[in-house]
Parts: sequence; C-alpha cells; structure tokens
Amino acid sequence: MDLLTFGKTGWGDELFYATLMTIAVSITALLIGFLFSIIFTPLKLSNNKFLNFIANSYTTVIRGVPELLVIYLFFFGGSGAIMYVASIFGYFEYIEINAFITGSLAIGIISGAYSTEVFRGAIQSIDKGQFEACKVLGFKRYIYFLKVIMPQMLRLAIPNLSNVWQITLKDTSLISVTGLVEIMRQSYIAAGSTRDPLFFYSFAAVLYLMLTFLSMKLINRLEVKYSRGV
Amino acid sequence: MDLELIFTSLPKLLSAAVVTLKLLSSSLFFGIFIGLIFAILRLNKNPFINKFAYGYSYVFRGTPLLVQIFIIYYGLGQIEYFRSTFLWVIFKEPYWCAIIAFALNTGAYTSEILRSAFQTIKPGIIEAGKSLGISNKIIFYKIQIPVAIRQSLPAYGNEIILMMKGTSLASTVTLMDITGVAKHIVSTTYKPLEIFITAGGIYLFMTFIIHNLIKYLEKKYSFQ
Amino acid sequence: MNIFKKTILTVLASLLIIGNVYANDKIRIGTEGAYPPWNSKDAAGKLIGFEVELAYSLCRYIGRQCEVVEQDWDGMIPALQMRKFDAIMAGMSITDERKKVITFSQGYADEVAALAVMKGSSLEGMSTPEGISLSKPNSDAKKALKTITEALTGKTVCTQTGTIHQNFLESGDVGKVNVRTYKTQDEVNLDLTSGRCDVALAAAVAFTDYAEKSGKSVVLVGPTFSGGAFGNGVGVGLRQASQLGGTLGARDAELLKAFNKAINQARKDGVISRLAIKHFGFDASM
Repeated sequence: MDLLTFGKTGWGDELFYATLMTIAVSITALLIGFLFSIIFTPLKLSNNKFLNFIANSYTTVIRGVPELLVIYLFFFGGSGAIMYVASIFGYFEYIEINAFITGSLAIGIISGAYSTEVFRGAIQSIDKGQFEACKVLGFKRYIYFLKVIMPQMLRLAIPNLSNVWQITLKDTSLISVTGLVEIMRQSYIAAGSTRDPLFFYSFAAVLYLMLTFLSMKLINRLEVKYSRGV
Repeated sequence: MDLELIFTSLPKLLSAAVVTLKLLSSSLFFGIFIGLIFAILRLNKNPFINKFAYGYSYVFRGTPLLVQIFIIYYGLGQIEYFRSTFLWVIFKEPYWCAIIAFALNTGAYTSEILRSAFQTIKPGIIEAGKSLGISNKIIFYKIQIPVAIRQSLPAYGNEIILMMKGTSLASTVTLMDITGVAKHIVSTTYKPLEIFITAGGIYLFMTFIIHNLIKYLEKKYSFQ
Repeated sequence: MNIFKKTILTVLASLLIIGNVYANDKIRIGTEGAYPPWNSKDAAGKLIGFEVELAYSLCRYIGRQCEVVEQDWDGMIPALQMRKFDAIMAGMSITDERKKVITFSQGYADEVAALAVMKGSSLEGMSTPEGISLSKPNSDAKKALKTITEALTGKTVCTQTGTIHQNFLESGDVGKVNVRTYKTQDEVNLDLTSGRCDVALAAAVAFTDYAEKSGKSVVLVGPTFSGGAFGNGVGVGLRQASQLGGTLGARDAELLKAFNKAINQARKDGVISRLAIKHFGFDASM
C-alpha cells in the first residue's frame, strides 16, 4: 500500500493527477463530440441526400472502425494535415498543438459519432405534433428549437447520453499514443518502474470504477431534474 | 497516397482478418455461455447471488477493456505462484489471455442484454405455458430462453460489432490481428495513412456484413 | 455569417491559440524515456540517461536552448514529421529504411545488440565468437549466424516493434523465427522473465541494465551484433529539408548542419566518450 503514498516515493500523487486528466479529457471530448453532433445531427435529418450521406458516412465509419485505429489515424494522419496547413501559411511557424487538445479531439470525434446517433434518435421520437404546433403559432425556427424541442430532446437523450459518457470515459484509456498522461498511461509507467503490473493495473481498474460510480450518481440526478413535470 | 503499398499489404491484412474473426468467434462463443449463466444468476431470488452477478457485470462494463487485458496478461503473468500452476499453460499464450479477457467482457454485456430481455418477456407467454401444464423447468428452457434470444437480437448485434472492434486491442499483447499487422507494416514502411485507412476499410467491410447478417436474422426470426 | 459558422470559426481559432505558437528558439528533442541506459525516467518522472545528457551538451555547442520531450517509440517518426519536436535522440539507429523518410546526423554512438535468456535456459553457453559485424559478413559471422539459426528454430523470440532488432529477426539471416513484438522494451523484459519468451533481442546494455535493476537473472548469450540489418550506429533523427521547402525546410537543413558540427566538437572534446562510459560502462561512442 505504501506504493500509493503521495510525495516523492509513492505513486499516489501521480495517479491522482492522472485521474484528474482522465476526467478533463473525457469532459472535453464529450463537449467536442457535442459540437460535432450539433453539426451532423441536422445534416442527418435534412432532406438533402448529399448532406445525409456525409453525416451517415461519419457515424458509420467512426462506429464501425476500432477506436484504436481511429486514434492512430488521427494522430498519424494529423501530420499530413498539419504540414499542409503549415505550407499554406508559409511563415506561420511551428504550430504546436499540445497533447491534451490532440487527445481530446481524437476521442471527441469518436464520441461525436455516438452522440449524433443519440440526438437524432431523440429528435425523431418527439411527437411530430410539437413541430407542427410551433409552425402554426408562427415561431421562428431558432426559437422553437431552443425553447420547445431541445428540453424535450434532452430528456429523451439523457439515458443514452450516459452510455456515450461511459464509452468516452473508457476510450480515454486508448490515447496513450499521444503521450498524454491519464490513468492508463500513468499505471503503465508505475507498473514498469516498480515491476508490479498486477497492483497498478488493478488499481487503475478501481479508479475507473470509482469514476463510473460517481458519474452514474450525477447522471441519475440529471435524469430526475429533466423528468420533472412529466 | 501510395496505392501500390495498399495493394501489397492487402493480402497480409486480409490473412490477419482471419485472426480477428477467430478471436471474435471464440470470444462470442464463450461470452454467450458466460452471459447466459450470469443473466440467470441475476434473476435469482437470493440477494447474495444476484448481487454477485451484478458486481461482475458492473466491474467488467465499468472498466476499459484495455485494463482488463493488461491485468490478465501482464498482471497474472508476474505472479510466480500462478506460473507454477497448471493454469499457466493456458495463460502463457497471448491468444488465450485475449480470449479470456474478451469473453469475460462480452459476457458482462451479454448478461445485461439477456437479463433485460428475460425481464421484458410478455407475462402472457409464460402464463400460457403454465396453463398448458408445462413444468417450470421446461417453460424456462423451451419458452423463455428462445424468446429472450429473439428479443435481444438487435442489441446483441450491436454487441457483436462492439466486440469486433474490441479485438483490435489484442494487438497490445503481441497478437497479429488486423491492427497488429497494420502497425507492423507501418513500423517498417512509415506510411501510416495508407495502411490504417486500408485496415479501417477491412473492419468497416466486416461491420457491414455482420450488420446485414443480424438484420436478416431479425427478419427471419421475428414473430411480429 | 450565421451562428453556426461563427461558432465553428471561433472554436477553430481558439484551438489554434490554445495550441501554443512557439518561438523558434528552443530546439525540442524527442526521446522515448523507456530504454535505459540510453534514455529513461527517474522516480520523479524526469527524463534521464545517456542521450538526455548528450542532448543538452550538444545544444550547448549549438548555442541554443533545448528541451527534451517524451514520445512513445512507435509514434517517434510521425511525431517528428508532425513537428511535435525537431530532433530524435532515442537510440535510433541509422538505417536505409529510416533514411527514406527522415535524415540523420552522423552517428554518435554504437548500439550493440545481443540475445538474452533467463538463467538456466537451454540456449546458455552458445558457442559463437564475441562480436560479429554484419556489414561485411566474413566466415566467422556466417558461422555464428548458422549457430544462432539452429538455436532459435522453434523458439519464441521477443523484441520491440519497429526496431533494428525486429528488422534483423525478420531479415531471414536467422531463418524463420517465431517473433513477437512489443510496444516497449519493458514489456519484452516482462515476458522474458515470465517465461512467455524463450529469448529476447535488444541492445546488450538494455539487458544488463534490467538485470541489475530488477535483480532478475537475465543473461546474455551468443555474439554481440552490429552493422547490416542493425544499421550504422545511432544518430540524431531530423526531418528531411526537402519535405516542405521554404523557410521551414531551410530551418530543418540548418539544424542538421548544426547537429553535425556539434557532434564533431563534442567528440573532439571527449564529451561523448565520457558520457558513454558513465552510462554504459564502456566507450560506445563513434
């Protein structure tokens, strides 16, 4: 147990910060995913076949290819993109996107595909009558979307979004390729240094379970809040 | 984009696809049994038993697959005592370590799917069986299980695809599945984009086939 | 512009801003931090080792500040291309294959590879000459390769992915071997000691360092290798100037010249030899 002490000889403080990093990356990735959903969900629901195709390709590809591969592709393919951008900006030197952004973006892209599906499903299961009523009352698109559709959609989406959160949280264990120090990577370092993989990987599992447990409690509260008056 | 490289690596990646499929089918095979057992345990009246089953499913669904594989492969491998038992013959091979990790993982998800399927069987079906004088045991085996399986097809189809993506983690313990071979090729040719896109394409193709297979099975077995 | 486009542009702009735009003064050097005694991390997580110290020395000769960054081995070259850092000093040997995508400075040290087994293995006491160089295979080398081929048939050999060691095992020089590759040398060591691997291949010093630090009875067997599939020494990996052209490309070309000059000076001043003896116990400098 004294492997876990905070301070110089124990790994406790490193693992603590790693846990914070995991939480930070997961939240950032989830939000980035939501951003992607904001773009792609309307595309999916639109009548334009071409836009449909783009959105469907996004969700199908990301959900059909292993996360590890998506992360590798994003990380390694990023070099091509960055070199291209750098060459356009000729004098714009040394663009360095730090590991946190890269990692969160990679997971965010994956998370976004799942959130898009969730939001699409949620919007499609809202009674069509709601949309018609808003149109009849002459509300502008943005207004009725924000005030009428969104609250209902969120209530329907929260259970599935908790799944997306779980997936996002667990996927953060795969981004050690970007060098970001989150739970998995820190356990890996500690296990290598102390040559005690069983202890540290088991402890990592415990940390993830704790995060899962806390998340579930928070999400239950959210579900209750959004189900008021139903 | 080096198209020639894509052509030359395609055969290697496709033969690796066989490894992926072997991993997938073995994991699913054992996983279904594990899932069925734990689903039944979950429905048991005894609180110790159903809490234990719930604990199992909570642990394996709440931790990343990568952690599970590492604990089984590296963690167990470091225990001197474990290495002296007969179990070591199995755990020595990365192939079996991976399958055990995958099976336990998919078993947890499968148990949840089956459990919810069991709990949502229309009570009328069971009552019909009872009114016909069929014993409880036979009701369970001949009525509940088949109905539960049919009801879980959509969710289980999803689980198959998730498991197939999970097999890519076998590459982290030296197994040469599609991802492992792809990484290997990249490490010698330094052309990550072409290789990973090709590998991704193969996974996508397999997802497509599995997806359509499940849809076909759903249609065939639907009693709606 | 409607609200969508505005938000997207703001997000992109902020991402670019948050991603720091560095001044071009510091040289960032990438290393693995997991290959002692070449490069590793101390208990506090600071990068240490032969190459880390050499890096700072070389930068003093070049006259610029430098920073040593950590990077996983399998992403080392892509990270260089991606401008995560400007040079690689990670025990990376100069090989023709790598020269296709990056360029190297002159070599600063020799990485001498050897096979290792656990004490008591049947491969102990393999009768081969001390060191063989595969660049000019003479009859001694050929005989040694034959002995090794026979010894390795049917055995599981483990090594790190993307290394010269993997190259060698797959080159056919030792026949068809059952090779297992791992992400890091640490994992190779773990599986060697747990018995999953019959024999492992890496830098000789990597094994002696592991045996010392872990107390596990890992012993070297067979000859030490250099040359041929093992490349021509370890050098500083740099981006090829021709990749981008323009200002950025010119800067990369300059960096190559600066490193070469610095290595010459360091060698003349005996810095490399001193560091090599300090970390390896013998003079591995080139």
